[in-house]
Amino acid sequence: MKLLICVSNVPDTTTKIKFKDNNTQFDNTGVQWVINPWDELALTRAVELKEDSSSPVNEVHVINVGTVETEPTIRKCLAIGADKGIRIDTSSNDAYSTSVQIAEFVKNNEYGFVIAGIESGDYNGSSVGGMIAELTDLPSVSSVSDIQFENNEATIERDVASGKEYMKVEGTVILIVQKGFAKEPKIPNMRGIMMARSKPLEVVPAIETESLTEFVDYKMPEAKSKVKMIDSDNISELIQLLSTEAKVL
Amino acid sequence: MRVVENLKLETYNFKLKKMSVLVYIQNFNGKLKKQNLELASYAAKIADAKGESVVGIIMGEIDNSEIERLANYGVSKVLIAGDTVLNTRINKLFTQVIEKAVTAEDVNVIILPDNNEGKALAPRLSVKLKAGFVSGVMELPSSYDPFMVSKRAFSGKAFANVKVNSPIKILSLMNNSFGLYENTTELAIEDFSHGVNLVDAKSKLVDSRMFDEGISLFDADIVVSGGRGMKSADNWKPLEELADVLGAATACSRPVSDDGWRSHNEHVGQTGKVIAPNLYFAFGISGAIQHVAGVSGAKCLVAINNDSDAPIFQVADYGILDDAQKVLPKLVEAFKEFKSE
Repeated sequence: MKLLICVSNVPDTTTKIKFKDNNTQFDNTGVQWVINPWDELALTRAVELKEDSSSPVNEVHVINVGTVETEPTIRKCLAIGADKGIRIDTSSNDAYSTSVQIAEFVKNNEYGFVIAGIESGDYNGSSVGGMIAELTDLPSVSSVSDIQFENNEATIERDVASGKEYMKVEGTVILIVQKGFAKEPKIPNMRGIMMARSKPLEVVPAIETESLTEFVDYKMPEAKSKVKMIDSDNISELIQLLSTEAKVL
Repeated sequence: MRVVENLKLETYNFKLKKMSVLVYIQNFNGKLKKQNLELASYAAKIADAKGESVVGIIMGEIDNSEIERLANYGVSKVLIAGDTVLNTRINKLFTQVIEKAVTAEDVNVIILPDNNEGKALAPRLSVKLKAGFVSGVMELPSSYDPFMVSKRAFSGKAFANVKVNSPIKILSLMNNSFGLYENTTELAIEDFSHGVNLVDAKSKLVDSRMFDEGISLFDADIVVSGGRGMKSADNWKPLEELADVLGAATACSRPVSDDGWRSHNEHVGQTGKVIAPNLYFAFGISGAIQHVAGVSGAKCLVAINNDSDAPIFQVADYGILDDAQKVLPKLVEAFKEFKSE
């Protein structure tokens, strides 16, 4: 079984966010780019499944919509253990246009599961997985926190409001995964990094798409007023403030 | 079949049919939660501004008495797709049913919760209806023509102003970011004959497990959270006691869940849960940028830390410079006293 992992190239989680051109563009000066953390968990688990001989997974591909600048991130995926990278050669405009590109590829290639992280660390769209599912008319399971194979049949664990649900699915399914899907993101070792250099990275031309949304400009959250320090021997003052000043009790 | 009670004769047949705002009412095992009412309040404000009405849609079985609570929050009609099949969320089927409601009610704005359920359905709907989807909104649109709304971006470190170009717009609202607004309306409850063939042989529910974790992090008005400064998993007793006194949920920072001191379900932060409670207590949490991103929506943040340089103090409203262990029992006693007054 082949798995396809959708990966987004995002600023490292510790990045201090800045904007330029009158706050209309994200300022990427000095930004360190990484695999979107949720996609990284998806990839980690996929590689674990491939390495586990009792699972039917034998090949892992990663797909990204981006320009040549995202290739270091795709190479990192290969170093973690993906067998092949696919880059659809266009800069992504919004979640819809990105999903259209990936869906086109999914329609023309066969995968057991197509897996996307539930959110991306840049625009937090929480969209791509569900959109691919609808575009390809495939079932989707969202908020997935685990997958287990038994006799080549997968059981998928998902989080719902009241707890966890376990689903069995047939045919190609889109999984939208969250924290818990893998314990810790896998860190590539030296051998993986060396091997990644010779693994295939296919560049696929983009198709014509449209966008449904447009990011016009950005603003930073309002600066918080200075913290009010309270003496630990005077706890009643805190309670007084929370009740009468902040009015949150 | 469910007995449907039409609370009021519909009058709209006599007028030109109005456009409506559709609010997705998540069914919490036959109950509504505060977040349903907040979502309705938000939808009602948008409908008001546009001179439209609010229609709700709910999947699966639920009593009318529960639905009627929505009449206090500006909803004028609720469609119930009460088929037992819809007690389990199959994303594809739910999307088909919602699409029917959009057509039947001339919907131009759809509001969903920004949680597991909204995140599962909104993207599918966006494609089905070719409707621009903006996730994680926290306030009303700043304009309706063009349609502009602000959303969380870069995991709460910034806000983006997004323009939606499609005729139908889909928004998901962050829990506890808007509040409740009472607005009494006459509510009609209808059994929704959607005509969707509810068969999806490709996915089936085989088992489920309920959490018994007390108050859920997403629903809690107050959250009591601990970080590495709590020193060990054994020190959580007073923190739990404080949560108990306050009727609060418990949470933790990432290192704490990574080390297995607390369950991953409690991890609050950029890659864990993103929450917006009214009051957030951070005990022994240094305030790494990823943690702060998960709580930046909190209305009030109290930090307790023994390091005066901890970045958490830069984002806190109130601070206590001391060991979390020392402060916790004092807070428990003080709040017990406050609650008994």
